[in-house]
Amino acid sequence: MPSRPCPRPRPRCSQPRGGSTSQPALSFPSRAPGMMLKAFFPTCCASADSGLLVGRWVPEQSSAVVLAVVHFPFIPIQVKRLLAQVQQASRVGVTVLGTWCHHQQEPEEGLGHFLEGLSAIFTHEPWLQLCREKASRAWSCRATHHQVPATPGTPSEDQVMLIFYDQRKVLLSWLHPPAVLPDQQAGDATASAGGLAAVFDTVAQSEVLFCGDRYDEGPVRLSHWQSEGVEGSILVELAKWASGPLCLLLASLLSLVSAAGTCWLWRLWPLPFIGSKLSTCEQLRHRLEQLTLVFSTEKAQSPSELMRKANTLISVLMDVILGLLLLSWLHGNNRIGQLADALVPVADRVAEELQHLLQWLMGAPAGLKMNRALDQVLGRFFLYHIHLWISYIHLMSPFIERILWHVGLSACLGLTVALSILSDIVALLTFHIYCFYVYGARLYCLKIYGLSSLWRLFRGKKWNVLRQRVDSCSYDLDQLFIGTLLFTILVFLLPTTALYYLVFTLLRLLVVTVQGLIHLLVDLINSLPLYSLGLRLCRPYRLAAGVKFRVLEHKAGRPLCLLMQINPLPYSRVAHTYRLPSCGCPPKHSWGSLCRKLFFGELIYPWRQRGEKQD
Amino acid sequence: MEDEKSFTDLCGGRLALQRRYYSPYCREFCLSCPRLSLRSLTAVTCAVWLVAYGLFSLFENSMILSAAIFITLLGLLGYLHFVKIDQETLLIIGSLGIQMTSYYASGKESTTFIEMGKVKDIVINEAIYMQKVIYYLCILLKDPVEPHRISQVVPVFQSAKPRLDCLIEVYRSCQEILAHQKATPTSP
Repeated sequence: MPSRPCPRPRPRCSQPRGGSTSQPALSFPSRAPGMMLKAFFPTCCASADSGLLVGRWVPEQSSAVVLAVVHFPFIPIQVKRLLAQVQQASRVGVTVLGTWCHHQQEPEEGLGHFLEGLSAIFTHEPWLQLCREKASRAWSCRATHHQVPATPGTPSEDQVMLIFYDQRKVLLSWLHPPAVLPDQQAGDATASAGGLAAVFDTVAQSEVLFCGDRYDEGPVRLSHWQSEGVEGSILVELAKWASGPLCLLLASLLSLVSAAGTCWLWRLWPLPFIGSKLSTCEQLRHRLEQLTLVFSTEKAQSPSELMRKANTLISVLMDVILGLLLLSWLHGNNRIGQLADALVPVADRVAEELQHLLQWLMGAPAGLKMNRALDQVLGRFFLYHIHLWISYIHLMSPFIERILWHVGLSACLGLTVALSILSDIVALLTFHIYCFYVYGARLYCLKIYGLSSLWRLFRGKKWNVLRQRVDSCSYDLDQLFIGTLLFTILVFLLPTTALYYLVFTLLRLLVVTVQGLIHLLVDLINSLPLYSLGLRLCRPYRLAAGVKFRVLEHKAGRPLCLLMQINPLPYSRVAHTYRLPSCGCPPKHSWGSLCRKLFFGELIYPWRQRGEKQD
Repeated sequence: MEDEKSFTDLCGGRLALQRRYYSPYCREFCLSCPRLSLRSLTAVTCAVWLVAYGLFSLFENSMILSAAIFITLLGLLGYLHFVKIDQETLLIIGSLGIQMTSYYASGKESTTFIEMGKVKDIVINEAIYMQKVIYYLCILLKDPVEPHRISQVVPVFQSAKPRLDCLIEVYRSCQEILAHQKATPTSP
């Protein structure tokens, strides 16, 4: 590094600097060197012929983003006109930043003078002079200030750091800033995103500069990533052309379907009630919403909307493919018949097991001594229900195969629909368990509330509804007498009721677990962003978490050369950022509140459908 | 310019610190962790196979042995790819930023880059872990809303865990660059 500033530009820009080229790298020069300037240079222009550097100067980060190289011969007026056009179209401040010379053999004296003269035509502060020798592949760059500096003593030349970047990858990638802290607004984070986001934005917004290639007969010859030929794909163009009328057709079909869905016929009771309970209807509604979004005729405004549309489309396609596979498996080999034949004996077996369980409860379960009368009443009550259920199943048995066959056809709508139907079938087949649970829970709940109220009476207290607290109260003697009597009765009947409640709650929880697992699978298929994950796998530079640098050249006397590469987003962040909204809401109970509800006998609804009122 | 020195880590293993000075404002520090020892690998494999043979003699099912093979292979691959870090690098480039890279035993690289505008300072922090007092180097990040507050503390060399003497070397070098960075104002 020179130990004194150069007051004027040198005649030959490729000569190594005078003075000592080696210096102990551990100590700084005796006075503070100039400001650090960062020059972002595209790798595609490294082999281009000599010319002018065109790009954007970002003063806050003291960095120059080079976008293209303008080759000789050119007319300065036309260059300025082109830059003004680009500036107007892209709203990016594109200017001439400096000169670029690529020496084939010996450096030419005349070229050096010519390049110096250009700095008078295209004034820019600071003026960059990048140079590369083909033989030795050595780079050199200088940045000079022509204006007299405000404070004397500051050098008119800056140190420059060369950072190479792949223009195509930076153009196509979307930068994902790190997760926003909860107490910040999203707007703040993007505003303070930093210097590298400015580089990405500059390249992405200057697409209009890269429209032409070197085969175009324009007034100015540019070199950039597309100068060898504009990228394009026939399939993509055909798809874009065909998507317009296709979207229109499908959007009108979907609007017909949703209009039929909101017809007055579906409002007749009890259809809305059944519709809200069945998860199949919920899933179908969700899919309809998603398809309407995908095939809407408005263009996507932002990249995240585009990703969401693509993710939804791929997810629906995958769903339908898996559903068709399931359909072909079900309908081959007469599996439907086998399933229907197996269903009735299974239901019979379950009912038989329940009967055994009730007989066991009516005896002396686990050695506990039950209250005989209450036991018999409850046991016989539940046995009668099971008998009703068995007769109902036997009534339905001739039609089961037909029903299953037609229900199996619905798998062509998607695997998620088939799984929702399975979950609903499980719910319907175990409806008697649900009824038993409700009976047991209500009885137990009544008992617990009665006990707590009478316990307060026993101690001479009362629940004040107005003040929502326990107050003391003076009771009459006959009130106390009846209260204590009832309390004793309830206490002694508690074990029986509690045992029935426990048994049926466990059965209900088992059924709920099975249904919950099926719903989890459905949610997974619904919300997995397959397109984003595929993009991350095949084109990792499209989804960028940040950048990474690699030091390329570090000879003393030469500028520091770094390579900037895209750091792709990790898979977990891709799945988290782009996950699709799923239809079911997650259970809102924590484990503590669940245990509390179970203890007090309140009914638990493990999942709530959207818009359902509390029972 | 490159030089290499040898230090010890918190557990007593040997660490090699490689320092590369690319330019007065660009330096790189590479810490190489101790490699996977053959002894521990043999011990784990023998333990898994003893258990597998024990279960096989109990149940007479050859699936147990195949499962043991799978578990050993997958476990080793997973350990090499996700857990075992061979080398950790800190690259500090004045006026650009700080980059931390971890190189896993399977060749995977994991990089984080922090821009210089977000860096408030690099400090050595003291922490009490069970009965030990340990020192670690960390980068303090500025809060974008309030520049005087610290929003995040990012520890460096988390799996190499060097001792204080190694940390002081790295700290001194980094402070030279940061001080220079703070001395020159950004361009108008």
